[in-house]
Amino acid sequence: MHELSVTESILEISLRHAAPAKAKRITDLYLVIGQLSSIIDDSVQFYWDILAKDTVAEGARLHFKRIPAELLCKTCDHHYSPDSENLLCPHCKGTDVSVIAGKEFFLESIEVET
Amino acid sequence: MPQRINVVEGIMSVNDRLAQENRTRLDRAGVFSLNLMASPGAGKTSLIECTLKALKDKLSIAVIDGDIATSIDADRAAAAGALAVQVNTGGECHLDAVKIRDALSQLPLGGEITGREIDLLVVENVGNLVCPASFHLGTHKSILIASIPEGDDKPYKYPGMYSGVDALVINKIDLLPYVTFRMDFFRKGVEVLNPGLVTFLVSCRTGEGMDAWLAWILTELEQYKAGRDL
Repeated sequence: MHELSVTESILEISLRHAAPAKAKRITDLYLVIGQLSSIIDDSVQFYWDILAKDTVAEGARLHFKRIPAELLCKTCDHHYSPDSENLLCPHCKGTDVSVIAGKEFFLESIEVET
Repeated sequence: MPQRINVVEGIMSVNDRLAQENRTRLDRAGVFSLNLMASPGAGKTSLIECTLKALKDKLSIAVIDGDIATSIDADRAAAAGALAVQVNTGGECHLDAVKIRDALSQLPLGGEITGREIDLLVVENVGNLVCPASFHLGTHKSILIASIPEGDDKPYKYPGMYSGVDALVINKIDLLPYVTFRMDFFRKGVEVLNPGLVTFLVSCRTGEGMDAWLAWILTELEQYKAGRDL
């Protein structure tokens, strides 16, 4: 639901990194988004088309690399991917777990034409 | 020539930087701050009112109220004895560090007016269990208010919110006899996301459980002030 502010941030970061390379155009953006970070790709794309207009990033393709959630049970060391209704350790039903992956939310790289 | 540029920059980094500046400003003024988050209707404003009523003679309290529109909440907080600032987001579903920075400049931080300095700042975020979790404001502690009528599945549906807070207030416990709410199921979900989370069972309507919540605020505030004096 906050994809507008998020997309503004993505644009700001990519323009800032494209400037020192004197890029004429940003053609591709590679984003890494964990399953637990609740961002909808389609909405980002929708705002992107509006916000990037008339910048060097206009028309850039957005690539989303989705990272599935992975949890580690601290009680029995079981490593698992949770489903949304059941976050408990499926092995020992323990609740003391740590998040190994799934919270990522960053811009990995951009491709530009110079 | 096509060229790949490595970025590896967190998308929230701009907001996070501003949040850090807000924190520095609050610390310089010695103001301990809470970010209250909850779904609409969970009782954020009611909890603020009860808290103000109980603590306003001991502490000088400021409230920043975030809403999409109206100043209803800030008016309620002001009526209960707080120095209140309303922030209207004009459609945005959350407060971010920029909004807090602007609101902070409307508050007397650093004793520029005569009278008491602010001891405690309470930020009432926009009612929403998704977006506020992603935007750090620079406040010291994040509090989530859940309420019995919302249902017991909320930790499972909003893991981002439940995993990122420092304390949980479960409000409207006076409605437990009338609503299907499996407390065990709810708390198990919370325990997975946020092991050992400090939790208060309260009813803002009857006042039940409020003492423990108020005591927690006072203890945290004391620890904060003690940490500053070191």
